[in-house]
Amino acid sequence: MTTTARPTAAVPTSDVDPFSHEVLEDPLPMHAELREAGPVVHLSRYDVHAMARYDEVYAALVDWQGFQSAAGVGLSNFRYEEPWRPPSIVLEADPPKHDAPRRVLQKVLGPRALRRLHDGWAADAEALVDEVLTRGTTFDAVGALAATFPLRVFPDAVGIPQEGRENLLPYGDHAFNAFGPANDLVAKGAPRVAELSAWVNAQCRRDVLAPTGFGADIWAASDRGDITPEQAPLAVRSLLTAGVDTTVHGISAVLYSFATNPGQWQRLREDPSLARVAFDEAVRWESPVQTFFRTATTDVRVGDVVIPEGHKILMFLAAANRDPRRWADPDAFDLSRDPSGHVGFGMGIHQCVGQHVARLEAATLVTALARRVRTIELDGPTVRHHNNTLRAWESIPVRVTLD
Amino acid sequence: MTAISPAPAPVGADVATLLVTSKDVQADGVLTLELAAPSGGRLRDWTPGSHIDLVLPNGLTRQYSLCGDRWDPSAYRVGVLLEPESRGGSTYVHDQLQVGDLVGVGGPRNNFALVPSEHYLFVAGGIGITPILPMVRQAEMLGADWRLLYGGRQRGSMAFLGELERYGDRVLVRPQDEYGLLDLPGFLGEPRDGVRIYSCGPGPLLAAMERTCGNWPPYSLRTERFVADEAGAPARTAPFEVELARSGTTVTVTPDVTVLDALNSVGVEVLSSCRRGVCGTCETTVLAGRPDHRDALLDDDERDVNDCMYICVSRSRDDRLVLDL
Repeated sequence: MTTTARPTAAVPTSDVDPFSHEVLEDPLPMHAELREAGPVVHLSRYDVHAMARYDEVYAALVDWQGFQSAAGVGLSNFRYEEPWRPPSIVLEADPPKHDAPRRVLQKVLGPRALRRLHDGWAADAEALVDEVLTRGTTFDAVGALAATFPLRVFPDAVGIPQEGRENLLPYGDHAFNAFGPANDLVAKGAPRVAELSAWVNAQCRRDVLAPTGFGADIWAASDRGDITPEQAPLAVRSLLTAGVDTTVHGISAVLYSFATNPGQWQRLREDPSLARVAFDEAVRWESPVQTFFRTATTDVRVGDVVIPEGHKILMFLAAANRDPRRWADPDAFDLSRDPSGHVGFGMGIHQCVGQHVARLEAATLVTALARRVRTIELDGPTVRHHNNTLRAWESIPVRVTLD
Repeated sequence: MTAISPAPAPVGADVATLLVTSKDVQADGVLTLELAAPSGGRLRDWTPGSHIDLVLPNGLTRQYSLCGDRWDPSAYRVGVLLEPESRGGSTYVHDQLQVGDLVGVGGPRNNFALVPSEHYLFVAGGIGITPILPMVRQAEMLGADWRLLYGGRQRGSMAFLGELERYGDRVLVRPQDEYGLLDLPGFLGEPRDGVRIYSCGPGPLLAAMERTCGNWPPYSLRTERFVADEAGAPARTAPFEVELARSGTTVTVTPDVTVLDALNSVGVEVLSSCRRGVCGTCETTVLAGRPDHRDALLDDDERDVNDCMYICVSRSRDDRLVLDL
């Protein structure tokens, strides 16, 4: 910093722990508090700067030059600390190393590549909904639908074998916990890390993957030299890490949204083409991925505050998605709203590369449900699942009526 | 120190129309243009090898490789050679386009991406140096082993020689009037694994590269043809109509708004996300009419099919587009 720079204003400080169980159970009051405190707030407990307003979060997400990912997108700073596994070649990478793997995944998971999956997934969704409704009209929307459907369609689309798929959710859960501090949630996953990592890594091998699918497409890209053979298994690993828990919790979010907003369910029933918008509105409203970190590559000025080079910045995607400066009536789940521009999938060069996969999974399932279910409502107390990064449900008991 | 703007980066119509902020002579017949958003905000991100579609005020669309600094998010730089047989593109840029003019921009798109390797050989002919320039910078940054062979008619017509000086012996400058034709076999050496060869330049150079690399391992060579001006359908500067096949509504889209915004204004919501033609969320099926593609997603073949468009940035070449909405 030069002496001619504007003086740094006192940064508002908070001693809140965003990763405590109390906050994870209901983070909304903390989000509101941090948004009101200022564009940047210093969190004294972890010595990080945090952003909770939409404009600042958006600006930080797109500014890969000033806010890097290669030092880790969790609290741990890879400049000084050893990552718990070899870093992701997309999520935890910066240009130029980020370019090639991102480009390959973007093509493999792009909207045009997914067209061929639509009809099959729609049929799978109808079959699952029929199975569930045949068993009865009260069920747990998480166990019966949200945690089941992605695991039916996504591992097949990647091309991994049937055996061991039960490892995917606990592996993802730990990976997303590991972005937070080394608290009890991380400790809970630690005993199985070696075993789960070994299983996931084994699924990324070419000889284990099916001859067609996202995994095979990634290996084919390495044959062409678009990525290296060393990068191919890590690119597959990204799908298995980031592609399961997130969609499970995203689908839980949209089912919970409807179960608690009967008017919106009627609206969807009248216009089933709203299924895609409904999912994005639920992603805005619940923000299944709550937070990510970046690291300042230089002294970065945000408003009147200078964040020093090398410091971690915590971006509250969830708080940005309910910032009243950006969204009218932000706490309402409302299908008449245009949720476009929410940051639930991130924004910029690291924006969720699997977002079209998530939308397709959610839209086919919600569409299948709307075809048969007249009303859906809660049927007992819901239970949260705590994770340092994800906003998740353990259980959403529902009661439905059928046509 | 950098400062982040609290206002989100420009989107929609603003990223698809840029301001010419400088125009500088680089060599005989070669100039560079710098472009920026009228609001001064972030432009769409790009990678070495990318080109943009420049929609000139005279309605012609031309593709130019980006040759600036991707760490500066607020400016694009392109190099433009004055073509003796120009059909109106390069002549217009050289003779008429002025600092302060607005130009339409599509992309950036990349058909010539730099893939990971520890060894690169670059061969540039003439204005074909433009996509190679950011590539060698990146290869240097990554600590790769690389060399560049750069040919041209004569030294005075070869752009960016000053910028290449810093790389020392890695760059061989070989003007034809001093050295004759490029010695490709001598530069490339024996075929071997693990080398990525990038070449951009006129057709005869690329044909010679294909021949010389014929016995190299598959996928060793990647080329991009420097295409001379071609006659293309002119972009529209006039309003056009968008007909929504399912609802029967017709909307007029004026030059200052995007198709997405025009639809929103009559109550037709289409889900979008980045509003910059990058993420693909607003993909919309086109039933009739030819879109003026301004996105960074579709490659040339996909564009030519005209079966879909990204309505947050893309527009229309025809009077009327029919969308499956």
